[in-house]
Amino acid sequence: MTTEAVSTATGQLQNLTGVITLKLRTPSRLRNLELVLLLFAIAINAGSFVLVQFGVLGEIEPGMLSASFVLAGLALAMHVALRISAPDADPLILPIATVLNGTGLAMIYRLDLAKGFEGWGAASVRQIVWTTLAVIVATVVLAGLRNYRVLQRFTYLAMFTAIVLLLLPLVPGLARTDDVAAKVWIDVAGFSFQPGEIAKIALGVFFAGYLVQHRDSLAVGGRKLLGMRLPRIRDLGPILLIWAAAMGVLVFQRDLGTSLLYFGLFLVMIYVATGRLSWVLLGMGLFLGGAVIASQTLVYVNSRFTVWLDAFNPRYADGDAYQLVQGIFGIAQGGMVGTGLGQGRPNIVPLAESDFIIASLGEELGLAGLFALLALYLLLVSRGFRIGFAGRDDFGRLLAVGLSFVVALQVFIVIGGVTRVIPLTGLTTPFLAAGGSSLIANWIIVAILLRLSDAVRNQPRLVVGP
Amino acid sequence: MSVVVLVMFLALFGSTTVISAIEADNLAAQSNNRRVVLDSYSAQRGAILVEGTPIAYSEPSDDVYRFQRIYSEGDKYSGVTGYFTLNQGSTGLEGSLNRQLSGTANSQFFDQLNAIITGQEPTGASVATTLDAEAQQAAWDAMQGYEGAVVAIEPATGRILALVSTPGFDPNPLASHTTSDVIEQYTALDEASPSPLQNRAYGGAQYSPGSTFKIVMTAAALENGYAPDSQFDNPATLTLPGTSTDINNPVVGQCGGGGDTVSMATALNLSCNIPYAELAQQLGSDTVADMAEAFGFNSTTSIPMTTTASRYPRDVDDAQLMLSAFGMSSVRVNAIQNAMVVAAVANGGVLMQPSLVDSVIGADLSVIDEFEPTELGRPISAATSSTMIDMLVDGVSNGAASGARIDGVAVGGKTGTGENGPGEPFNLWFSGFAPADNPQVAVSVVVGDGGGRGQQLSGNALAAPIARQVMEAVLNQ
Repeated sequence: MTTEAVSTATGQLQNLTGVITLKLRTPSRLRNLELVLLLFAIAINAGSFVLVQFGVLGEIEPGMLSASFVLAGLALAMHVALRISAPDADPLILPIATVLNGTGLAMIYRLDLAKGFEGWGAASVRQIVWTTLAVIVATVVLAGLRNYRVLQRFTYLAMFTAIVLLLLPLVPGLARTDDVAAKVWIDVAGFSFQPGEIAKIALGVFFAGYLVQHRDSLAVGGRKLLGMRLPRIRDLGPILLIWAAAMGVLVFQRDLGTSLLYFGLFLVMIYVATGRLSWVLLGMGLFLGGAVIASQTLVYVNSRFTVWLDAFNPRYADGDAYQLVQGIFGIAQGGMVGTGLGQGRPNIVPLAESDFIIASLGEELGLAGLFALLALYLLLVSRGFRIGFAGRDDFGRLLAVGLSFVVALQVFIVIGGVTRVIPLTGLTTPFLAAGGSSLIANWIIVAILLRLSDAVRNQPRLVVGP
Repeated sequence: MSVVVLVMFLALFGSTTVISAIEADNLAAQSNNRRVVLDSYSAQRGAILVEGTPIAYSEPSDDVYRFQRIYSEGDKYSGVTGYFTLNQGSTGLEGSLNRQLSGTANSQFFDQLNAIITGQEPTGASVATTLDAEAQQAAWDAMQGYEGAVVAIEPATGRILALVSTPGFDPNPLASHTTSDVIEQYTALDEASPSPLQNRAYGGAQYSPGSTFKIVMTAAALENGYAPDSQFDNPATLTLPGTSTDINNPVVGQCGGGGDTVSMATALNLSCNIPYAELAQQLGSDTVADMAEAFGFNSTTSIPMTTTASRYPRDVDDAQLMLSAFGMSSVRVNAIQNAMVVAAVANGGVLMQPSLVDSVIGADLSVIDEFEPTELGRPISAATSSTMIDMLVDGVSNGAASGARIDGVAVGGKTGTGENGPGEPFNLWFSGFAPADNPQVAVSVVVGDGGGRGQQLSGNALAAPIARQVMEAVLNQ
């Protein structure tokens, strides 16, 4: 009798445990999946470093190899932070960011070896420091931003921040003096920084907050033209303002890429907010008009267009188009499977570690490697969109879609520029290219997306598969 | 939204595919693509072989280019190998077979793939030449001290047995990995006079052919109803129509010691100019030009270096036509063209494609490409060929080409002394073949600058003995 009672009690206890396990398992399963993928990413990164060292040095050099594990440690630390602070967050984003960042590091290191740079002079050493900083900042953002809706309160502060950041490179004393092309850099205490990279996050927050408040009036149709309902005249204010700002960037900072990035971000977000295609068409018309006028009147923009259209003309191929043409030669040389890490000649191309890192990767990893990288970006962006589409509040929805889109657009502008789909501009490839501001900005985007995805999954009755 | 992103990424997938897959070959062929040049240095470049012995090969070096090109008998073979420089271009076989030697030819695609998969160092193919080491040596030795060229061809196949251009040069300094040294060397060679960089065997340094052109004239005559005993007026001098210019025979006076008329056979044997001028006028400009072009004039060929076309002018007036009959006026010839003419005559009238390449051998010793005799055309009939062989043998044994005689062997040939204007040194020529009943070798020799003695020497005195030594080198094996 007693034994039976005990066994029944045990049975109930087992049932109870079963229920609890079931409840707890979902988030930890996501994190376990993330851990597996993360270890895979770390293995790929370590493999890249080993291949680079074999390819260039012919032997393993433990110093830099251990430096490559800095990123691994940081990513694992962020993984732990996610387990504690955002257990329901998307499991793919962190591994993708890690493998992209690591691939970039390996290529930058490879180029340092080719150029004989060591110590603080080596871009890879600085990139490791920047990576450390970026992942720490991202972890702080993730842990500090327990409720992303707080950001909506800072809509106009974000706008102000974005404007200040955009104007910084024009401030005398901060502006980099040796800059010949785009004026998008500042020098602070010996560090170069592109404030525009951070500005894109601030702009994303601002656009999301602003559009949530004004979407209803912006969605109201005005008169019809060619079967399409145009916005009302009085609602045109914001788009004209943003357009003017984008044109300002183009004219004063001479940077077509940044200009296109901000304006594209705005168009996509206004489209998602209002569901009206007319805004997009109107905006694209405005931007193309502005860009065409700029290409005719501004020498700098004009030369970018000429070089784009006529790169292989011997008049430009060894001059203005040298970088572009040599980059394309590099990708072509890579062919299907590439020369292998450390076995090509990516260092022929000027700025092979930053603006043209995709050409360097194309040369050594081949078309297969480029496709893999593009697929990773596509996956990252699609995870971001998925977070956005699943979001229940408009601000979170807009913010997730906007920030994901800005990554996609930046990838398109940079790789499109290197492969002559569009004119070449001075943006950096997210996560891959050497440059601190870009790394920090993109890791912050990662943190925000992770926080948003955690919030999405926390909501009851809204199931998103892993 | 997602569609926009998809379109953007599809554009990137597309653009990268276009660059690395579709346009890759075109991009690799661009002259300012430094990677291709550097790669062709970094692969172990294949050797160039003469009878199995490398005359050009690559050895490991400890700089970034990984291999150093070495020429073992650089001067002697410089007309064949050309030079191979880091970024100043390449000539000769090094230039024309660069893709095979560097392992980047399409035919080596699977070898490259295999090398990638197995992790082997890429290695270029080796090129076995058709050259005969002894003939090349004989030609090189005989040409020492003279500016000019020797080309010897196996008439039945077109295999080039010897190809010498003098002065030669040492390609080794040009293969230096220090660009400034290369440019210095190149400039020195380029500015030397006569410049060793001019290829006199197949390149742009061409000579007026003198009386060797009478071989082409005789062929045109026999193909157009003339016979060796066809008679021509035999004046001591002839004034060219429409001019006040008189032309003479080499031995001034009537041809063959007198008589109102003289036969074509005698005119060829003694190399008389006036009867051939008359013949040209009778045949007409087009008939002569057609025959010259049937032998390869006015077009390039690939040996596999692209030859410079030898020139025979079309649409000329009678005076120029009559001067052209004995290789004056604006006729310009390189040694390979004259060798092709005499080889076709010796080969029953069949002109074979001349070639330096016997086979291309992969790094794994598999034969990638093998020489196959190719017929270029039949400028003359077998009957004409047979008649001409007899006439040319007679020229050596009893006529003006006595310098080419070899004891016990029937040698056929024709001398030439090209004039370059009053007081200018002659070009001394000999074109011939041996043995007459079964020609093993056809050879053409040109010595420019009068062999250093102005107008004192003749083709028979200087060029014919050089040709004889080359023919002996072939026949004595």
